[in-house]
Amino acid sequence: MNTLFEYTIRLADDSLILGHRMSEWCGHGPILEEDIALTNIALDLVGQATSFLAYAGETEGKKRDADALAFLRFDREYKNALLVEQPNGDFGMTMMRQFLFDAFRKPLFERLQHSSDKQLAAIAEKSLKETKYHLKHSSEWVIRLGDGTEESNGRIQDALNTLWRYTPDLFYADEVDQEMQQQGIAPDMAAVYADWNATVQHVFQEATIEIPSNNWKQTGGRKGLHSEHMGHILAELQYMQRAYPNMEW
Amino acid sequence: MKDFDTAELERKFQEKIDKDIKIEPKDWMPDDYRQTLIRQISQHAHSEIVGMLPEGNWITRAPNLRRKAVLLAKVQDEAGHGLYLYSATETLGADREQTIDDLHSGKAKYSSIFNYPTVSWADMGAIGWLVDGAAIMNQVPLCRCSYGPYARAMVRVCKEESFHQRQGFEIMMQLAGGTPEQKAMAQDALNRFWWPSLMMFGPNDAESKHTAQSVKWKIKRHTNDELRQQFVDVTVPQAEMIGLTIPDKDLKFNAETGKYSYGEIDWTEFWEVVKGNGPCNKERVDARRKAKENGEWVREAANAFAQKRALKKSA
Repeated sequence: MNTLFEYTIRLADDSLILGHRMSEWCGHGPILEEDIALTNIALDLVGQATSFLAYAGETEGKKRDADALAFLRFDREYKNALLVEQPNGDFGMTMMRQFLFDAFRKPLFERLQHSSDKQLAAIAEKSLKETKYHLKHSSEWVIRLGDGTEESNGRIQDALNTLWRYTPDLFYADEVDQEMQQQGIAPDMAAVYADWNATVQHVFQEATIEIPSNNWKQTGGRKGLHSEHMGHILAELQYMQRAYPNMEW
Repeated sequence: MKDFDTAELERKFQEKIDKDIKIEPKDWMPDDYRQTLIRQISQHAHSEIVGMLPEGNWITRAPNLRRKAVLLAKVQDEAGHGLYLYSATETLGADREQTIDDLHSGKAKYSSIFNYPTVSWADMGAIGWLVDGAAIMNQVPLCRCSYGPYARAMVRVCKEESFHQRQGFEIMMQLAGGTPEQKAMAQDALNRFWWPSLMMFGPNDAESKHTAQSVKWKIKRHTNDELRQQFVDVTVPQAEMIGLTIPDKDLKFNAETGKYSYGEIDWTEFWEVVKGNGPCNKERVDARRKAKENGEWVREAANAFAQKRALKKSA
């Protein structure tokens, strides 16, 4: 197994699939300003995915470019965390999903920007700037909805109850991570987790919501074992490339 | 009869307009001028916002990453235009929420072109090329509109629209020069969007009830038919260049005038779509209404939160 390829693809697919989900909001946001913000986040994520995928293609050395990797893999070959493929739900669900992810991505990129792999370091450095904005935006909304009305508090608490089981998948670490960490390419996941945990505890306290007591852990994304939602995402994402193969667009 | 003061104010107002001095929000203006602008600018804002939907329909299915990013950026620009334009109506004393409710109730109109469905990827090309192309024809003269905030907003809007038009044409060029399936897809999109694009300039001059007064107030600088002709003259050679055929058997170039004459527009279809009987009128307005309704609890929460924090601060 090409571990650098595998590691990079996991980073790429988190951005690609969450970018896809966020782009579904375009034109349907709860206020115009948020429509612009959600589309902006989608755009940042698609940009990150493009950089990571292009690099994954290079490291693979099989002449697959970013588009070939984005559009022409089979479902088990996508390695995003389960969290990012979960449906948008209401605005609270979307913001909670985004917050749980941003709080993970920021400490990850803060470390990855010092990676011994210069290309990954450069992509992480650029993406970190965007991720800081995303985290500011999503954590403010989680707090605002949590400490807003009774209804909004209930909705954001429901969102947390639904999504919490998918958070361990973000920190799933196997031989790929171990090898990458040994080479000084990937950061220590335990340190990333500690930062993530501090952020979510703090924000949930501000938002007056509680982490559910059910500690069920749903994992599998990094091994390409996805939820039922993934097939539908790929049906849309890949539609043009599958229906009209081998064409330039 | 108008009293002397009003007549004098109107005289001075028209004098400013004739001298090309911009009217600013705090200046005196006739009520009809204000209402005409609110109607026109809010229609324009609604068109930007409703216009996000037919293109938004293809974001998740864009054929490659570059096209996806460009389309996202374009639709985001449209939301931005909507935002400036709603702000411009607010400088005239309109209320943004009321303006949006008028869209949802069907009282306010938006560009009819967005009531046509986007059924293929080539429609993203056709919309950029034709619809944004037509919008530019309409909007470039508005950069010199007599109302300052609208004119200034249009300067920025037009810059972005010209990027939109180019990306649309680029999609069409790529398809027209591609495989037979791609070329057929492009031609089909042109066939469906050509006539609705010509309708975007509004009724013929003889039928247009707003034109004369708007020209006098320099809200409008050209008539509907003048702008439509300009659009045809610019667009037909572009279609020829990429090997697509304009779906109009009466289209003819007149060497003497240097202009194209074109066939009769189906005004029955135009008025039906304006009345709400287009293929997607209901879907478009429903989608906007649903976005607002689904966002109600979010806006309430944001207000409640802001109030709580303000109380905490003052305590």
